[in-house]
Amino acid sequence: MANKLDNALGIHASALGLRAQRSELLAANLANADTPHYKARDIDFKAVLTDVQDAQQGNGLRLTHARHLTTTGAAGSPDPLYRIPLQPSVDGNTVDAQREKAEYMQNAIQYQATLHFIDGQIQTLRTAIRGD
Amino acid sequence: MFKVFDIAGSALSAQSLRLNTTASNLANAESASSSIEQTYRARQPVFAAALSDAQEAVGVDVRGIVESQAPLRQEYRPDHPMANENGYVFLPNVNAVEEMTNMISASRAYQSNVEVINTTKQLMLKTLSLGQ
Repeated sequence: MANKLDNALGIHASALGLRAQRSELLAANLANADTPHYKARDIDFKAVLTDVQDAQQGNGLRLTHARHLTTTGAAGSPDPLYRIPLQPSVDGNTVDAQREKAEYMQNAIQYQATLHFIDGQIQTLRTAIRGD
Repeated sequence: MFKVFDIAGSALSAQSLRLNTTASNLANAESASSSIEQTYRARQPVFAAALSDAQEAVGVDVRGIVESQAPLRQEYRPDHPMANENGYVFLPNVNAVEEMTNMISASRAYQSNVEVINTTKQLMLKTLSLGQ
């Protein structure tokens, strides 16, 4: 039953998890905007989501052995990448507060969009269950 | 996603400590004394990313407060009550311009972290009301 519900929500359940993880990283970047030697990090959302999608549809690397490597770690824990700084500061910090803020806001709106999609799927399931 | 509150919260306390040291420096900018050892020196907090080698998002840690090693001001004021036997008083090495820019930077950083917490709170509330 739980598995079927997972499938019903499709890619959006994984996307929501990724968005939440990305918001943590962006919040950490903003929190460390004044920390010397801190390097801003972010997730390549598109690449990770493509991998998740491939894994769900069976298009990814085929693993025929338990110790085979996947393309990006486990689907749930993508490796954060370092951001390329536009104007690095003298103390070795690469956080661009304006950019991080913009990315955070964008991520928040995309999170809400994903929530909306999931909500729609749930309403569809409800209608199917009730039959009215 | 609950981690965002910890991360942004650590930044809030770090920035408020920075505001505190700025206030202390500005308040003591004219605290004269009769010897080099007893004179107030400008204080600055040292920020560091908490557990910087961890792969996940990290908050800010205040590693301590350091005193500025810039030379003190020495003025010849024989009529000053704190003047030493040669007629000199020592004044703190507080740079008012530096402190004001520090204050603006700290208050802006504080504001953006508050905004992160607010946005995350709204996202969490929306997630809680999913499917209703």
